[in-house]
Amino acid sequence: MRIECPICGERDRREFYYQGAAVMLARPGDAATEAEWQSYLHLRENPAGRTDELWQHEAGCRAWVVVTRDTTTHVIATVRLATDVAQTREATG
Amino acid sequence: MRISGKGMVDRSKPVTFRFDGVPYGGFAGDTVASALLANGVTLMGRSFKYHRPRGVLSAGSEEPNALITVGTGAQQEPNVRATQVEIHDGLSARSQNAWPTLDFDVMAVNDLAAPFLGAGFYYKTFMWPRRFWESIYEPVIRKAAGLGALSGQSNGDTYEKAFGFCDLLVIGAGPAGLMAALTAAQGGADVILADEDSLMGGRLNADSAGVAEQAGSDWAASIVAQLAAMENVRLMPRTTVTGVYDGGTFGALERVNQHHGARSGGAALECFWRITARRSVLAAGAIERPVAFRNNDRPGIMTAGAVRAYVNRWGVAPGKRVAVFCNNDDAHQTARDLEAVGLHVVAVIDSRADAVVEDFDGQVFAGAQVCNAGGRKALESITLRTAGGREETLQVDCLAMSGGWNPTVNLTCHLNGRPAWREDIHAFVPTEGAVPGMAAAGACAGVFSTAGCLADGVKAGKAALQALGRKPVDVDLPAAEDAPYRIAPLWAVAGGGRAWLDFQNDVTVKDVSQAAVENFKSVEHMKRYTTQGMATDQGKNSNVAALAVLADATGRGIPETGTTTFRPPYVPVAIAALGAGSQGHGFAPERWTTSHFRSVEMGAPMIEAGLWYRPSYFPRAGEQTWRESCDREVGYVRNSVGVCDVSTLGKIDIQGPDAAKLLDFVYTNMFSTLKVGRVRYGLMLREDGHVMDDGTCARLGAQHYLMTTTTAAAGAVMRHLEFVTQCLRPDWQVTFTSVTEQWAQFAIAGPQARVLVNEVLDVPIDGESWPFMACGAVTLGGIGGRLFRISFSGEHAYELAVPARFGAALFDELAKRSQALGGGPYGMEALNVLRIEKGFITHAEIEGRTTAFDVGMGRMISAKKDCIGKTMAARPGLVDVNRPQMVGLKPVDAQAKLTAGAHLFDAGVETIRENYQGHVSSVGYSPDLGRMIGLGFVRRGPERMGEVIHLVDRMRGVETEVEICGTVFLDPEGERVRG
Repeated sequence: MRIECPICGERDRREFYYQGAAVMLARPGDAATEAEWQSYLHLRENPAGRTDELWQHEAGCRAWVVVTRDTTTHVIATVRLATDVAQTREATG
Repeated sequence: MRISGKGMVDRSKPVTFRFDGVPYGGFAGDTVASALLANGVTLMGRSFKYHRPRGVLSAGSEEPNALITVGTGAQQEPNVRATQVEIHDGLSARSQNAWPTLDFDVMAVNDLAAPFLGAGFYYKTFMWPRRFWESIYEPVIRKAAGLGALSGQSNGDTYEKAFGFCDLLVIGAGPAGLMAALTAAQGGADVILADEDSLMGGRLNADSAGVAEQAGSDWAASIVAQLAAMENVRLMPRTTVTGVYDGGTFGALERVNQHHGARSGGAALECFWRITARRSVLAAGAIERPVAFRNNDRPGIMTAGAVRAYVNRWGVAPGKRVAVFCNNDDAHQTARDLEAVGLHVVAVIDSRADAVVEDFDGQVFAGAQVCNAGGRKALESITLRTAGGREETLQVDCLAMSGGWNPTVNLTCHLNGRPAWREDIHAFVPTEGAVPGMAAAGACAGVFSTAGCLADGVKAGKAALQALGRKPVDVDLPAAEDAPYRIAPLWAVAGGGRAWLDFQNDVTVKDVSQAAVENFKSVEHMKRYTTQGMATDQGKNSNVAALAVLADATGRGIPETGTTTFRPPYVPVAIAALGAGSQGHGFAPERWTTSHFRSVEMGAPMIEAGLWYRPSYFPRAGEQTWRESCDREVGYVRNSVGVCDVSTLGKIDIQGPDAAKLLDFVYTNMFSTLKVGRVRYGLMLREDGHVMDDGTCARLGAQHYLMTTTTAAAGAVMRHLEFVTQCLRPDWQVTFTSVTEQWAQFAIAGPQARVLVNEVLDVPIDGESWPFMACGAVTLGGIGGRLFRISFSGEHAYELAVPARFGAALFDELAKRSQALGGGPYGMEALNVLRIEKGFITHAEIEGRTTAFDVGMGRMISAKKDCIGKTMAARPGLVDVNRPQMVGLKPVDAQAKLTAGAHLFDAGVETIRENYQGHVSSVGYSPDLGRMIGLGFVRRGPERMGEVIHLVDRMRGVETEVEICGTVFLDPEGERVRG
């Protein structure tokens, strides 16, 4: 499996650390309820199809990236810097 | 028997090798199989279950019968295919699964018991008594059935791994593969051409058909030479592409050194490649399928294509009187080739009533079938049933059989693709797009004529160029035979007796039919019930025929029956090749501190701490046990001064306007309030509220901190900080980097610590300028360093850091000077005792399940700010007083032994899980207290001081009474540390 790091280019997946679903980007705010925290930490979708995942280019530039991947074909649609995704999220809301 | 003037072996280079101890002669270019056949040896192995005599069936990697063990002792390699092993002087090969000899094998008695040993026999037979399965039945069955054995010794051979990258990977160097590679290479693409044979050319070397008005093999050699001269082409002979993985990644096994006499010489025996290719062309060819008929496994019965290969490529006559049995036109060529070299073709038996064998004058039985074979250790005769139903026996010593060809679709199925059935050729072909970026060309795509393969290769090469964004080039197509492939299906000849489908696992037509009768009708169930296709050849010769028989037995068509799943690897791969370089010291990287060599020189046993190696203790002459050394080293710190390399702790340099904000967010306690020049202990949680790590953090400047992590968690903490700053707080102005390896750092601890520190510093310090938890820059002989007054032992202590290149020198200096002060270096054992005596935690305590509350640090979670893990740490279940909480433990009997991992129970209750009160996390012998002490976790522990509790360690047979006490065993007021 190959992942296109936005900074380093296409690399073998062995250079990457796998974290899990990209929902980790959306840390609940001050007013969050217990249920929101529960969901953020423990509840995960298990889609047959497209899903956003957090990986880190650990053995490379160490950038955290959001990999949009199809779990049925393993085809990677996009790889974005987590920083960019997080800032967009902040800007929009 | 050799055919004079025929074949591609080098007759100027005779080779002598041994098979079962007997010396045989051959020539360079021979395989063990071809050389044995040339010597008239047809018996090469015994079958897996029935110990039937077996000869070679094929001439390639699909060989099911002629499995041999090569080499001796630790270097012996079992189950290699005699059809692939190239002979060389000194080669020693042995047959397998026969005792006492291949010729006389007592286990052949199994063959007589065959009526009881059919599919599923052991599921039915060995059911009771149940306990007999593991102790008697399975060992006996395993002994009776089997293939080659490993030596049981450690293999000293070297293996290698390598990584390759290319625009186009061409798998197979037959006519299609050669043309695909040539076309793409001429178009400027970087090409890797891999072929599992030692000689590229595929069927062109095995068949008599010419290409471009020369011998096919000569044409192939000229193309290979042309490719070899191109800079953008890498030729990889002896390389089997074993698997296809996501994103254009391929596994490939290269046999580097097996064909050389001397195994030493530096080169690895095998190399496992990971090849990344933007496009690929599969030109893997096809495998000829046998026909199932009674006793079709007799030595001397081979596939028709293999017979041609032995004649044309190796100049070997597989027999003196040969018959051909087939259901297709292609096999007729075998008869013609045999006749052309003067061998006697007794008859061609073609199952098709309308079959015409062109350019052949011998006897032809059209519409006939071979229904039995005579002879045991060698074929002596065949019995055929004519179109009219009459049986006739022919005296032959070789039968060339062909049930048609199966395209080698295996690799196209590795990403879950399923092959498609093609009725016109009665075979499965790859489904387009089954592997992204891969095109199948030539025989593996169902194109069986030479001209068709050449054209298909050019087409695939052009398509690859286009997909790569390169300009297609025009390639001249050489002229070649273009005979149509005519076939009528014939899978199994009707009649009694056992007719083999899977030669390697001894599966017959009857077994597959029986599976269907017992309702194992799914092809996947049939496979597992009969074990068809589950041997080392993975059913390359038998899968399609077996499912055709199953389809017949269940009244379904072949496409509805479907295939089993092809999985990597295509051929067996030694674990040694997959794990090349990862044995012993290669298993994991080793990180050594700057004091490593001196520590080893001092006799210190080194222990692993993550990837690091640290000294356990520094033994002195006369000390009998590690405990004596440890006690002495504890004494250094408590009474004079000890020195310990603490460079392995993670050091992260954090800078920027928002550095303080980051630390406040990742630590439970406040760091924005920390004064410059001061150090603070910090506790870090995971977001789920459990403790992640702890350590000290120094403020070196207004926007400059130096964080210390534990040795084990350094990587995880670094990653965590990167997650927080990139994913959660991307707007913060803060940056950080690991400086663990840039600084060598030594703990200097004990009442004489300041004396020792001042001996090496350019400007001496005093208690006023360097109070407890102070830090700052210092110089040592003009070299800039850092000094931190921190303590992990409860003593007056410092950590002194210098750039790593001065670490070894500083350690020597500190070791020498500390000894002069009555102290010396101390290792991990002493460090552990010192910290237990003070109740300081390590990852033995914060092992992933404990909370700040559990380790008595609940109040360290600041109420004034948010931090990672704060919300979840407040969950009722995580602050429940009934949770096991950290306490000190000391044995009631001063002589008693404590063990980490022991469980704790109330006195007098049954020691079962339900009554669990807690466990012991760390223990050590305290020389000061004269007994073992421990840290552990006990339910409501802090409320139970002074209570005696029962300690049980069933693993090590320890049982004793311990008293619950505070976690600080020594100097509870902390006077020493500030002194």
